[in-house]
Amino acid sequence: MNSLWMRQMAGVMRLELKRTAFSRRGWWIYCLAAGPVFISLLHWLVESQRHSTSHTVGEDSVIFAGMFLLFFLRGSLFFGCMGIFSNLFRGEMQEKTLHYYFLTPIRREFLVAGKYAAGLTVSLMLFVPSTALTFLLLGRHFGPAWTDYLVHGPGLSQLGSYVLVTALACVGYGAVFLVCGQITRNPMIAAAVVWVWEGINPFLPSLLKKVSVVFYLKSLCPVEVPVPPPFSIMAVETDPAAAWVAVPGLLAVALILLVYAAVSARQGEISYGE
Amino acid sequence: MSAGPPVTPTLIAFDNVSRFYGEVLGVNRVSLSIPPGVTSLVGPNGSGKTTLMNLMSGLLQPTDGKIEVLGISPGNPERLCKILGYCAQFDAFPKGLTGYKFIYSYLAVHGMSHAECDERTRAALEMVGLTGAADRHVGAYSKGMRQRVKLAQAIAHDPKVIVLDEPLNGLDPMARAEAIALFQQWGAQGRHVIVSSHILHEVDRISDQVILLSQGYVVAEGQIQGVRSEVKDQPMQILVRCDRPSVLAARLFQQDHIVEAIIQGDGRNLLLRTKDADSFYLLLNRVILETGLEVESVAPADDDVNSVYQYLIGAEGGSV
Repeated sequence: MNSLWMRQMAGVMRLELKRTAFSRRGWWIYCLAAGPVFISLLHWLVESQRHSTSHTVGEDSVIFAGMFLLFFLRGSLFFGCMGIFSNLFRGEMQEKTLHYYFLTPIRREFLVAGKYAAGLTVSLMLFVPSTALTFLLLGRHFGPAWTDYLVHGPGLSQLGSYVLVTALACVGYGAVFLVCGQITRNPMIAAAVVWVWEGINPFLPSLLKKVSVVFYLKSLCPVEVPVPPPFSIMAVETDPAAAWVAVPGLLAVALILLVYAAVSARQGEISYGE
Repeated sequence: MSAGPPVTPTLIAFDNVSRFYGEVLGVNRVSLSIPPGVTSLVGPNGSGKTTLMNLMSGLLQPTDGKIEVLGISPGNPERLCKILGYCAQFDAFPKGLTGYKFIYSYLAVHGMSHAECDERTRAALEMVGLTGAADRHVGAYSKGMRQRVKLAQAIAHDPKVIVLDEPLNGLDPMARAEAIALFQQWGAQGRHVIVSSHILHEVDRISDQVILLSQGYVVAEGQIQGVRSEVKDQPMQILVRCDRPSVLAARLFQQDHIVEAIIQGDGRNLLLRTKDADSFYLLLNRVILETGLEVESVAPADDDVNSVYQYLIGAEGGSV
């Protein structure tokens, strides 16, 4: 890639990282990322005090799988990505500062790419360590058994899968919310629609399930979490997507969305509603 | 067949440009050719000044028509924004940046090296007198300082076309004078300086040409004296300072084209209104020859922006 474009994108990234990663307004996103770590830290401390033998390492891994699906994918990752990515354009429209970018000689495609890369960097910096730490701390109270599970058992492989799913979730939801922030005046409404759509995914027909991010992410999770009763009656069983479909599929969806965002930016105008 | 010599575009050209916001008119069928120098856009609120500026800087796209800025389409921001700097009206800045960082960061998005960004940032801050406040957060700046840092940001990459939307807003008289001197200096250097302002007497001082806008239409354009002479339905006002204004007045009242003649001030000023300035000047020469009238000065009294504005827009557009 042309070195001028690289320098321009690096310029956008630096500015966006300052805006996105180190701003006081992002405190709630940091809380979302720190929340599960805090919960598993508490879990570790409490279980260490109780010397409880009421559950096994395997059960804790299932608990983590449920927590990952419900808290991370449907909660902190989803809303965290919403907060980070939908503000990349919409936030600047609200603050009336987007015109500064539009008045620089950067191709709008690279502006989108630079902003997305900055958002992705921040979300990965927040949520990958959060996932990894939560996983590592959750079974820490088992002591050597947990170490054994990690080193000799499926622990590390599971951890790798969760980290991959977290990263892919940032990629996928990031692209979704970047576009939402660009094309809607109120990304909250778009986010609510996406959230409901992702939430009802287990109950959708097989074909519609595949038009979502969470379907592919769940397919990549190492531990399956069954839908609890009474909702299980309504759930539609569908074979998970193979990893070779899920990973490139998600990347392809993100790429398509980013191309759309780039085209929108190319045709974009500055209208702050005055 | 050989191609002709390459044409170096030196104009900002609007060709039948219209812009609508839904059903609301922004500007309609604007055709303009703006040469280098200081050009002022004058018109009441909602007349289309900012729309015109946003169109030429690519922030808006025309609904119809074609725009070229020194031969570059505003639809090509990669080329346009290298030669154009725009100080917009919005008093908004990215949060958490110092004055230095604000200018530096957007120069970095131009793709400049650290050394170049640093050098240009310092030069721009110095030009607007903000070197001492470079490391303070823009959020802590006064309105005048914010206006100046916006100016610095707009010109930091040394553009050939400088578009300034109400650049004098919030500036104190000293800063205003300095800013006006800068605009004139840039204009004299052969840059295009497009300024919109509400302050008509300042527009008058700084402009090489004006564009008068009203309700989305260009009412008049060109050098202000030329624009004034085109306003045929308003008699020209001319102020003559001489030793015997009553003699001159008596001769003037015999002419059909003289509408009014008033002796003013210390009794040596004659303010007259004529429908035919050329005939008046011929008559004045005759009177001087015949009566020995001693004339100190003769000057048009209403070929300034303010008068032209009032004649062309005042009634329909209200005050600026």
